[in-house]
Amino acid sequence: MDNLGTDNNPLLAVIVGSGPSGFYAAEALIKSDVKIKVDIIERLPSPYGLVRSGVAPDHQKLKQAINLYKKIADTPDFNLIANVTVGKDVSVEELCESHHAVIFTCGAETDRKLGISGEELKGSHTATEFVGWYNGHPDYRDLEFDLSQDVAVIIGQGNVAADVSRILSKTVDELRHTDIAQHALDVLAESKLKEIHVIGRRGPAQAKFTPKELREFGELSDCNPIVQEQDLALNDESKKELEEKSNIANKKIYDLFTNFSKRELDSNKSKKCFFSFLLGPKEITGNTSIEKLILEKNELSGEAFKQSAKGTNETIEIDVGILFRSIGYRGIPIVGVPFHESWGTIPNEKGRVTENNGAIVEQLYTAGWIKRGPSGIIGTNRACSVETVNCLLDDLTKFNSEIKKSGAEGIYLILNDKNIRHVSFDDWAEIDAKEVELGKPKGKPREKYTYIDEMLSVIN
Amino acid sequence: MTTIVTDNCKNCRFTDCVSVCPVACFHYDDEMLYIDPEVCIDCSACIPECPVQAIYEDDDIPEDQEHWIEINAEKAAALPVIEEQMEPLPGAEERKTELGF
Repeated sequence: MDNLGTDNNPLLAVIVGSGPSGFYAAEALIKSDVKIKVDIIERLPSPYGLVRSGVAPDHQKLKQAINLYKKIADTPDFNLIANVTVGKDVSVEELCESHHAVIFTCGAETDRKLGISGEELKGSHTATEFVGWYNGHPDYRDLEFDLSQDVAVIIGQGNVAADVSRILSKTVDELRHTDIAQHALDVLAESKLKEIHVIGRRGPAQAKFTPKELREFGELSDCNPIVQEQDLALNDESKKELEEKSNIANKKIYDLFTNFSKRELDSNKSKKCFFSFLLGPKEITGNTSIEKLILEKNELSGEAFKQSAKGTNETIEIDVGILFRSIGYRGIPIVGVPFHESWGTIPNEKGRVTENNGAIVEQLYTAGWIKRGPSGIIGTNRACSVETVNCLLDDLTKFNSEIKKSGAEGIYLILNDKNIRHVSFDDWAEIDAKEVELGKPKGKPREKYTYIDEMLSVIN
Repeated sequence: MTTIVTDNCKNCRFTDCVSVCPVACFHYDDEMLYIDPEVCIDCSACIPECPVQAIYEDDDIPEDQEHWIEINAEKAAALPVIEEQMEPLPGAEERKTELGF
């Protein structure tokens, strides 16, 4: 056999998950000096992960990252195998047989719980499911959100919380020409919400929004952003944090909150979006659905840049009609792959998968949120995937180069046996084109299919 | 809307920004980097990465740096893309200290 990674004996790599980290890993593999054939397996018939179903519909420009992914998909050594679930349709063991290396880039599909009583009541939702629902993700298509209430509460102050509260604060006119799913637009059109509360457990100097996302609240057509002046008080450590030159993002956030606190209320706007700080959710109460939220006042303790929230036992109670927890996504374990229970990630050393005790697991690699945890934005994954691929390439001589592996053909045999209709990139291009066509009469960039069988009927 | 590389990049060219750009829109010459406004998607991933805070969103850019908007557009159109992080220019660390970082 020729050396592994040459034209006659290419390295066969399979990537599990076709979001940004998957595509950046594919890119790094294909661009390397080593001859590599890359297969990406994706659970849904549609690729692109959170760029398609996480990035908010009113942030269309961010979705242009897909243009780069299309270029990567267009290269001869790239192959998409979509509508296939690893762990169900094909096992990790089977992937290790057919390929030399497996890279897990399957993201973080579930969410962190608050862990409080009443969290499971009707009307208590997760940001994960609301975002998936308005973005037309098939898993969340049939969920119901009661927006006939007066008051919505979002627990969390990161960009996902910003997306949820901004979408709830916008008018239908502000959303109708985006790629928001039609069923969601119809429900939002009937919204009776008057107050949206975005609640953080730490202070205004520690909120995790990025300045760009927070600034948008000052530009809404029918919603006043409100911060109470007294809530802007800072302890010494927070002042120190904001004075640090490299901490420019938090300084901008604090300045925006200050700006919101000084604004005159525009009485023509029907909604108010309140940003509140130093409050932790303690309990949700209600009969058959949520009625009240009990919050505990927090104080900050610790050194600057390590400020943590501590409960003071003083509580307040507010009426709430619908609630969204937005305190972080969380990874789901895959059968046959080690999993770090408390972090919700695959244990790894710079992307090489390890057991929980640190022992390297051969052939297995990981990148993206399932490697690092659910933080960072689209581009953060690029550096992460490059690090993982560099480790994989360093391991080239460790892979078994003597047996000819079956690659994608091996996977197709398994799928055909089970009558599974896998979706190629060309198939996806057909579905994609149809979505764009359906969006045109509505002035939308696309109208997404929200059921898997609808997508498959386009290509069958 | 776009994101712009300004003054502080000159003679530093740390290129930390390049490793987090989701769309590979940085271009380079011997002095500094430039962002292609046609490709940039305003994700702002690059802004906090720069050790000398050379990058701004265009609606945030200080007045005395506004001329960089046009320069980025012109230069990016004529220069090659930088795909990977590179070593900073000689003297970059000194310049960083000079700039107060």
